[in-house]
Amino acid sequence: MATAVFRPLNARDGMQARWTDGRETSTVAESFIKPNDRLSSFERLEIYNRVYWFRVLDCLYDDYPGLRAIVGEKRFLDLATAYLAKYPSASFTLRNLGSRLEKFLGEEPQWVTPNEELALDMARFEWAQIVAFDDAALPQLTTDALDTPPAKLRVRLQPYLSLLELNFAVDKFLLAVKKREGDTLRDEASNTFEAMPQSSKRRRAVRLPKRERVLLAVHRYDNQLYYKRLEPEAFAILCGLANGLTVEKACVAGLAKTKRTKVDWPRQIQEWFHDWSALGWICQRKSVGGIVAG
Amino acid sequence: MPANPFNNFHDYGIGIGLRVPHYRHILEKKPVVDWFEIISENFMVDGGRPLEVLDQILEQYRVVQHGVAMYLGSADRLNREHLKKIKRLVRRTNTPWLSDHLCWGSVDGRYTHDLLPMPYTFAAAKTTADNIREASDFLGVPICVENVSSYAEFHASEMTEWEFLSEVVEKADCGILLDVNNIYVSSQNHGFDPYDYLNNVPHHRVGQIHIAGHSKFEKYILDTHDHPVLDPVWKMYAHAIKLVGKTATLLEWDDRIPTFDEVHQEALKANRFVEKQFQNAAA
Ligand SMILES: [Fe+2]
Repeated sequence: MATAVFRPLNARDGMQARWTDGRETSTVAESFIKPNDRLSSFERLEIYNRVYWFRVLDCLYDDYPGLRAIVGEKRFLDLATAYLAKYPSASFTLRNLGSRLEKFLGEEPQWVTPNEELALDMARFEWAQIVAFDDAALPQLTTDALDTPPAKLRVRLQPYLSLLELNFAVDKFLLAVKKREGDTLRDEASNTFEAMPQSSKRRRAVRLPKRERVLLAVHRYDNQLYYKRLEPEAFAILCGLANGLTVEKACVAGLAKTKRTKVDWPRQIQEWFHDWSALGWICQRKSVGGIVAG
Repeated sequence: MPANPFNNFHDYGIGIGLRVPHYRHILEKKPVVDWFEIISENFMVDGGRPLEVLDQILEQYRVVQHGVAMYLGSADRLNREHLKKIKRLVRRTNTPWLSDHLCWGSVDGRYTHDLLPMPYTFAAAKTTADNIREASDFLGVPICVENVSSYAEFHASEMTEWEFLSEVVEKADCGILLDVNNIYVSSQNHGFDPYDYLNNVPHHRVGQIHIAGHSKFEKYILDTHDHPVLDPVWKMYAHAIKLVGKTATLLEWDDRIPTFDEVHQEALKANRFVEKQFQNAAA
């Protein structure tokens, strides 16, 4: 039964007529499902096949409005179907359905031509928002830990925080898309039947963004989702911290490539750390047993 | 039964499912509601708004956990990591009992996110009962197992659905979450008398009841939870109450969700049947 449920639907949103081994699917269905006076075994099995695909496609449809706007509604459903056929849900929750979409688009960019890089940026950005919504929040760094010299202090960044190096301003693009669509909240897990995602009514498409390097933090504050653009040096320092460098080494590495000379760097870095602490991004290296001094 | 071992001796009244579109209304207006049922999986996350809302709800209301992904009827062993996550939530909510479905839904680590029907065999009943015992022991709370709506029946079945449900709950010594709407939906899809179902399950094991709306199609009925409860389901509910007594009852509304007040008013209609039953009993 599971094999039948997971197989993609045909072009008319029905169950495929041929089984995996070339037999008629109706023969396979009859072998284990009883018909009744109104429905054949095939038709009864088909209900489950359709409900599965409508549910998972509906979920990706809601979770990826930006990617949908880039590739178009019809192509989005084709790409989502191909993705889920290759990577079926491996989690008890639909929340994780898109967790391997970035990987898939890297492997099969033909689904998003000619906007491969933009689509990949958007997939990463939209996944980062799911992470920011409900991933864990660790205890923030204690004042004791702040007394540790920067040469020894290692920290962790919040699991809900994603640092994205992007080639397109997908943040502004998504805001424009959502403004056009009217923001939709992620639906809850529920076990009931949902209708096939309907193509939205014709609306004027939002112009695709031009190529532009954007360094973005996707996070939450007070349980609201935010994106924050970062300066290159700040982004590099945060990446260093995330990779386990000491605060001192992260700062040195973060400034290694800078060409800006007129900046009071010690003051600037202090301000950044102040901001990041206020946002709650910096936390203990280990949740138990305090910081790890390197 | 009002309060019994299967709902941990809790005499709850009429509740509704806690749903996102109602969060703001509930937190701001604090309406009087006997209890809320939560979908456990929506709160089995590591942080953020879902848990913040849940904690605020828990300060004011009684909450019971209802799961959709334990897959008690699975031939595979239960997923320990999943059980640990549920247990973490049980500690948070203090749910007196919890429920999940008599179904399967994942195989080889792949998830259908559906409540798939089981072949009603003695072997499947034993496996399922073992799973329920294991889950209940691990979680430390009684489990009520819910009958699902189904659209297919298997050649392999050796008994009726109600005989299967009875076999499972007797073997597992657990409770039943009797979903009256699901019985109605399945009875229409499979051509059995829903009252045969109601009359022939172990009534003393019913710890909770579900009511909900459904949608009629040309050749079958789907369990859509997007309508008020339909008359034949209310009639069945009245009959169920007569058989099992005043029991914790919950209205499920999951799609095309109207205002909080509409959902709550719909749920409270259940009181009419309960009161009528009481009056009859007193007379
Ligand atoms: Fe139910």
